[in-house]
Amino acid sequence: MASTSTAEIAALDEALQRPPSSLWRDALRHIFRKRSAIVGMVILGILVFVAIFHPLLAPFDPTKSMLDVPEQAAAGVHKRMPPCIHLLGCPEDQPQHILGTDGNVRDLFSRILYGSKWSLIIGFTTVGFAIVIGTVLGGVGGYMGGWADNLIMRLMDVLLAFPSLILAIAIVTVLGPGLINALLAIGIVSIPVYARIVRASVLSVRETDYVEADRALGVGHFRLLFHRILPNALTPLIVAGTLGIATAILDAAALSFLGLGAQPPMPEWGSMLGAERNQVFSAPHLVFFPGVAIMLTVLSFNLLGDGLRDALDPRLNR
Amino acid sequence: MSQPPHSAALQSPPSEGGDLRGLPPADPDVLLDIRDLRTYFYTLDGIVKAVDGVDLVVRRGEVVGLVGESGCGKSVTSLTIMRLIAHPGRIESGEIWFDNVNLLDLPIKQMTDIRGNRVSMIFQQPTSCLNPVYNTAYQLSEVYRIHDKVSQKVGRKKALDLLKQVGIPDPERRLKSFPHELSGGMAQRVMIGMAIACVPELLIADEPTTALDVTVQAQILDLMRDLQARLGTAIILITHDLGVVAEMASRVAVMYAGQIVEETDIHTLFRSPKHPYTVGLIGSVPVLGQIKDELYTIPGNVPSCIDLPEGCRFAPRCRARLDRDLTVCLEKNRELREIAPGHKVRCWLY
Repeated sequence: MASTSTAEIAALDEALQRPPSSLWRDALRHIFRKRSAIVGMVILGILVFVAIFHPLLAPFDPTKSMLDVPEQAAAGVHKRMPPCIHLLGCPEDQPQHILGTDGNVRDLFSRILYGSKWSLIIGFTTVGFAIVIGTVLGGVGGYMGGWADNLIMRLMDVLLAFPSLILAIAIVTVLGPGLINALLAIGIVSIPVYARIVRASVLSVRETDYVEADRALGVGHFRLLFHRILPNALTPLIVAGTLGIATAILDAAALSFLGLGAQPPMPEWGSMLGAERNQVFSAPHLVFFPGVAIMLTVLSFNLLGDGLRDALDPRLNR
Repeated sequence: MSQPPHSAALQSPPSEGGDLRGLPPADPDVLLDIRDLRTYFYTLDGIVKAVDGVDLVVRRGEVVGLVGESGCGKSVTSLTIMRLIAHPGRIESGEIWFDNVNLLDLPIKQMTDIRGNRVSMIFQQPTSCLNPVYNTAYQLSEVYRIHDKVSQKVGRKKALDLLKQVGIPDPERRLKSFPHELSGGMAQRVMIGMAIACVPELLIADEPTTALDVTVQAQILDLMRDLQARLGTAIILITHDLGVVAEMASRVAVMYAGQIVEETDIHTLFRSPKHPYTVGLIGSVPVLGQIKDELYTIPGNVPSCIDLPEGCRFAPRCRARLDRDLTVCLEKNRELREIAPGHKVRCWLY
C-alpha cells in the first residue's frame, strides 16, 4: 500500500486549517465590499419585507373606495386628495392618507404596498419561466450541436429580431389582455436571451476534461447535460437573471400602463400610472409615487445584478 | 526492477491472419483484441490519420505499456477503445474485441453501460477531470448510482470504502472536499477510485502520472500496481515515460505516427530493441549518474499526420536506413512482423 509522504500530510493539514473557500463564499465577500450592490440589496430587502408583510403594513384595503368607509366619508375624504400626514402639519380634521387618494378615492399608500407583491411576482415568474425554457433550449442546442442547435438558435434569432415590447404587445393582443397573459408574453420574449447565454456556456463546458472523464465513466447524455454541464454553466445565468428581473418588471409595467397587463382594480404600479396619467398636472403624486416605486425596484435589481456580475466573474479584478 | 506479474504475458500472443476477421479471439485469455484500427480526423487542413492500422492484444490481468512521442496517436487509440471520438474524428475501420464483443458494433446504450463499469479510464490532468461543482462523495457515489443503481446513501458508504482503498488520508473528511481543495496526487487517487469503483476488467491509464511530481508519481504507480494485483484488472498504460513503463508493464507496444512499430515484452524492449525508432527512444533517455556531454536525440521531427511519408513513416528520420542506404523504406511501408516469439517489429531491416 502506498504510504503518504510527510509533505503530503503537511499540505493536507495546511489545507484543513484554511477555512474552505467556495465560489459563493468568495462572491458574497466581494458583493459586501461593493457599496452599490449593498444599496441594491438593502432596497431589495425592504421591498421583500413589504411584499411579505403588506397586509399588516397597509392602513386600508387597496381596492376599497374610501367613500364606502362611513367615518372616512364623514371626514370629507375626496378623490385625488394630496398626501396628508398629520405629523407633518396636515390639519387633524382631515383623514390621514400618507400618499393621498387616487381617482377612485382609494388609499394610494396601501395600493403601492400591495403593488410591491405583484412586482416581485411578475419579476420572478417571468424570469423563472424564461430561464427554465431558455436553459433547456440553449442547453440541448449547445450540447447536441448540428441541426438541433441550428433550428433552436435560428428560432431564438427570430424572436430577438423583434423589439421585445412590440412582440409582447402582439402576443398579448392575440391572447387577450390580462396579467397572466402579459407575464406569458414577457416570459416568451425573454427566452432567447437566456437560451443564448446557456448555449455559450454549455459549448465551453462540454469540452472540458471533466466532461470527457464523465463520458468515460459511462454517464448518459441526459445526466451529462443536466447534472454535469449545466451546474457549471449557471454563473452567467444568475447574473443575467437578476438583471432580467428588472427588465421584466419594467416591461410588465409598460404593458399594464397600456392597459394590456394587470386589469383594474388590481393594485399594480404600471396600471396605476396608466390610470392617472391624464392627471399629471392636477394630481402629480398619483403618477410620481408609483413611478418612484417602479424605479427603485428596477434600480435595486440592476445594482444587485451588477454587483453579482463583478463578484462572480473571475476575470474582473480579484 | 519489478518482475512481470504474469508469465503468460511473455508467451507470444496468437498470430492473427485475415481469416480471423469478424470473429472473436479464439483464446479466452485475451481480454482486448484490437485489429487494424483506424481513426481519422477530418479537419479543414486535411485528413489527420491519428490512428492508422493499430493491432494490439491485451490479456486478462496484464499490464501493457503503450509508448510514443506526443502526437503519435496513443491517446486517440485509448479514446477510440472507449468510443469517445467526437466530431470531426471518425473511427474509420477496424475491430475492437472486448470479451467476445466487438465494441465498434455495440449500440451506444450498451457502450455507455460498459464505460466506467467494465472498461474505465484515468486521465492525465486529475484536477481538471473532476467536476468543480461537486464534492468527492458525490462524484464517487455517482459511479455506483449509474452502474449499480444503488441509493445515494449506499453510494456514499461505498465512496468512503473507495477512498480508503486508494489510500487517501482522512477519508471521512476528504469526502466533503471539492476538487479545488485536493492536491494533484489526491485528485489522481480520487480519479483512480472512480475508475476502479465497479472493478473494471480493463483500465486505460492515459499518462496517469505526467502531471504529478516525482514522489507523488511513485506513490500513484505503487497504488496502481497494488490495485492491479488485488483486482486482477488489465491495464493499458499510456505514457511517454519509459521509466514508468519499465516499472509497471509486462509488455510494451511502441507507437509512431499512428502505427505500432514494435511490440515485445519489457525485458526484450530494453535489452535488445529492434526498431530504429525504439532504439532512438531508449537512447535518448538520460541515465541517472551517467554524465554525457549531450543527450542523444532522434534527428528530424514527428511527421505531420496529414501528409505521411509514402513508405515507412520513420524512414525520413531513420539513421539505420541512411547507413545501409535502403530505398525500399521510402517506397513501401512494412507490416508488423513477428521476428521472434512475442516480438513484433515493423521494419525493413528485419
